[in-house]
Amino acid sequence: MKKLQKADYIKMYSFMLKIRRFEERAAQLYGMGKIGGFCHLYIGQEAVVVGILMTIDKNDSVVTTYRDHGHMIARGLDPKRIMAELTGREDGYSAGKGGSMHMFSKENNFYGGHGIVGAQVPIGTGIAFTHKYNGEKNICRTYIGDGAMNNGQVFEAFNLAALWKLPVLYIIENNKYGMGTSVDRAAAGLDLYKRGEAFGIPGEKVDGMNVFSVIEAADKAGKYVREGNGPYIIEVQTYRYRGHSMSDPAKYRTKEELDNYKQTDPIEIVKAEILKKKIATNDEIEKINKDTLEEIKNAAEFATNSPFPKDSELYTDVYL
Amino acid sequence: MSTEILMPALSPTMTEGNLSKWLIKKGDTVKAGDLIAEIETDKATMEVEAVDEGVVLDLLFKEGEANIPVNKAIAIIGDPNEKVEVKKEAPAEKVIEEKKIEKNIETKIEIKKDDLIDTSSPKIEEDTNLSSEEITMRQALRDTMAEEMRKDNKVFILGEEVAEYQGAYKVTQGLLEEFGKERVLDTPISEHGFTGLAVGAAFKGLRPILEFMTFNFSMQAIDQIINSAAKTLYMSGGQINCPIVFRGPNGAAAQVAAQHSQDFSSWYSQVPGLKVIAPSTPYNAKGLLRSAISDPNPVIFLENEILYGLKGPVNNDINFSIPIGKANIEKEGKDLTIVTYSIMLQKSKEAALRLKEEYNLDAEIIDLQTLRPLDTETILNSVKKTNRLITVEESWPFGSVGSEIANIAQRDAFDYLDSPVIKVNSADVPMPYALSLEKLYLPQVDDIINAVKKVSYIK
Repeated sequence: MKKLQKADYIKMYSFMLKIRRFEERAAQLYGMGKIGGFCHLYIGQEAVVVGILMTIDKNDSVVTTYRDHGHMIARGLDPKRIMAELTGREDGYSAGKGGSMHMFSKENNFYGGHGIVGAQVPIGTGIAFTHKYNGEKNICRTYIGDGAMNNGQVFEAFNLAALWKLPVLYIIENNKYGMGTSVDRAAAGLDLYKRGEAFGIPGEKVDGMNVFSVIEAADKAGKYVREGNGPYIIEVQTYRYRGHSMSDPAKYRTKEELDNYKQTDPIEIVKAEILKKKIATNDEIEKINKDTLEEIKNAAEFATNSPFPKDSELYTDVYL
Repeated sequence: MSTEILMPALSPTMTEGNLSKWLIKKGDTVKAGDLIAEIETDKATMEVEAVDEGVVLDLLFKEGEANIPVNKAIAIIGDPNEKVEVKKEAPAEKVIEEKKIEKNIETKIEIKKDDLIDTSSPKIEEDTNLSSEEITMRQALRDTMAEEMRKDNKVFILGEEVAEYQGAYKVTQGLLEEFGKERVLDTPISEHGFTGLAVGAAFKGLRPILEFMTFNFSMQAIDQIINSAAKTLYMSGGQINCPIVFRGPNGAAAQVAAQHSQDFSSWYSQVPGLKVIAPSTPYNAKGLLRSAISDPNPVIFLENEILYGLKGPVNNDINFSIPIGKANIEKEGKDLTIVTYSIMLQKSKEAALRLKEEYNLDAEIIDLQTLRPLDTETILNSVKKTNRLITVEESWPFGSVGSEIANIAQRDAFDYLDSPVIKVNSADVPMPYALSLEKLYLPQVDDIINAVKKVSYIK
């Protein structure tokens, strides 16, 4: 595994914190009616995407589900413009036409943000196909929710990826619930990482609350894929603190279950490690906290002040 | 008693075959199940087995002979001690059931030959670059794909049986050999998966041509076509386009029944973000497919299986294209307008000939070529000239392309219309199997003539 530098610890902490503060602010704006439609928060799952981020090459591609705000932040995209997309304004990454679930940044190789469960899996496989077709050494990281693991096209994509040895890393974010249905009520066989076995795709289960475990697994898997061995599956065990979307009170689970996961909060784990290793002092951490809060506050302000798209935009971008 | 071995119909649309190889010779004794010949059809080369037993008395065609009609005797087997009388006579009453079927096939072929009459199009005649040689629609499509693949190595083709099998309908014949397996990819039978894969590849900058063995199977992949391919440019605020061509046969073939014969032209034409093309001749197939492959948007390219064998001249300039969104006035006329597309162009032209002969009506025929974006200008100009409009298409009547044309005509040319617009569609039922019912289901020349009589107030 790659040796983590001091700066890496700070980077991890900052990104995870930024995602959390962003999502909290998004929830607030949603409550104020500034964000409409569906809005799926990533709180609790931060270690997954940040762990993967630590092993990524900037020319690698990423494609994910509709729970995508954190993924965009981790990709280094501007929280101002992400929030402006959530508020449906012209400065948003999709110029206000995509919303929370459909955000893209082609220049950053971020290919969405997909609203249809499972659809991003063949798409990510096709992006990986392109890397291979073009003779590039890059890989495509394709995120999959646990709910999508019961969706037929996912297995069609697995078959194609293995058959054609495509450079795709599948990351199952198992947050235990597909909307309100727990994994054990939806999946026959709980070891989702083994579902590529029939295709000869290696799989591994990882603790997704601990960013260091994620990095270790992602590093190993990423190398395997980059070396041209074909696809690889990582199942990351994680947990979302909030409901499926803003309108979900999450009555299908107990408070104890939630509290239990909060005991192993991914951000606290990194913070403890930083303090233990004396990478930063408490004061320095406090400064990061304050700066992050400020940055996200500014993002919210930007997003609520950005103009709505012009009426004429209704008819643009249908065809190129 | 001797038995004739007939040229078999080895596919639903086969009308003639080539005798590639004899596997028997005169004097051989054949048993049922023995291989007797290799026949090249419109789709593949296949071995033919003997059904009857006896000694080979005569081979009626030489190896390599081409275009032997289905049901023509190709060999005679029987008892060598018996004299071979009446060579060419139909087999005796042996299997009545079989004879009935044969007769049906003959009728079927007749219908198809009528469909394939290709009276020359004025636009083609104006083309100074026209080939002297006539080629089939499938060759035109294949040639265009090959030409575009030579120009741009980002263009590749994938689909079921497109590579080693040379295409279920031979449209991709020879492409594997020329471009290799990296650019001509056989997929497993998993439309949803490989369509999503191709869409992802297009997002990332490749230019896939995706062949659906038939558009019936595109229903397996409809989510990726509508929700991913058609919408992502919009949802990404113009960042991510999807330059992909979905092509393959659409509509009815011949007696393949409900799940394999349906026309999806109006389904796809309803979707913003998609372009929809339906060629009717080798000439426009070539020009339109080139435009489709070069287009930066997802294009649905609806071919027709029965038209694959249609021959005609083409423009062989490797840059010749027909713009998307332009209809072709196939035939000018003054009395009424027939708007049609794809295979129904042939029937509309036939109807026009009869309308002239029997009713002295001069029909203008518009071949849409592109269904979305629709060339409303050409339609409206024609309606304003003729004041009468019928639409002819193979799709179901509810919400069809003709429905939209009728809407546009009443909205934008109301004062010019001398009668209601009449639509000619397929029957509003699933496609039946029986030949007789299939014929009833599909729009026929008589249906077109009846519609014209209605808008012309002819009893």
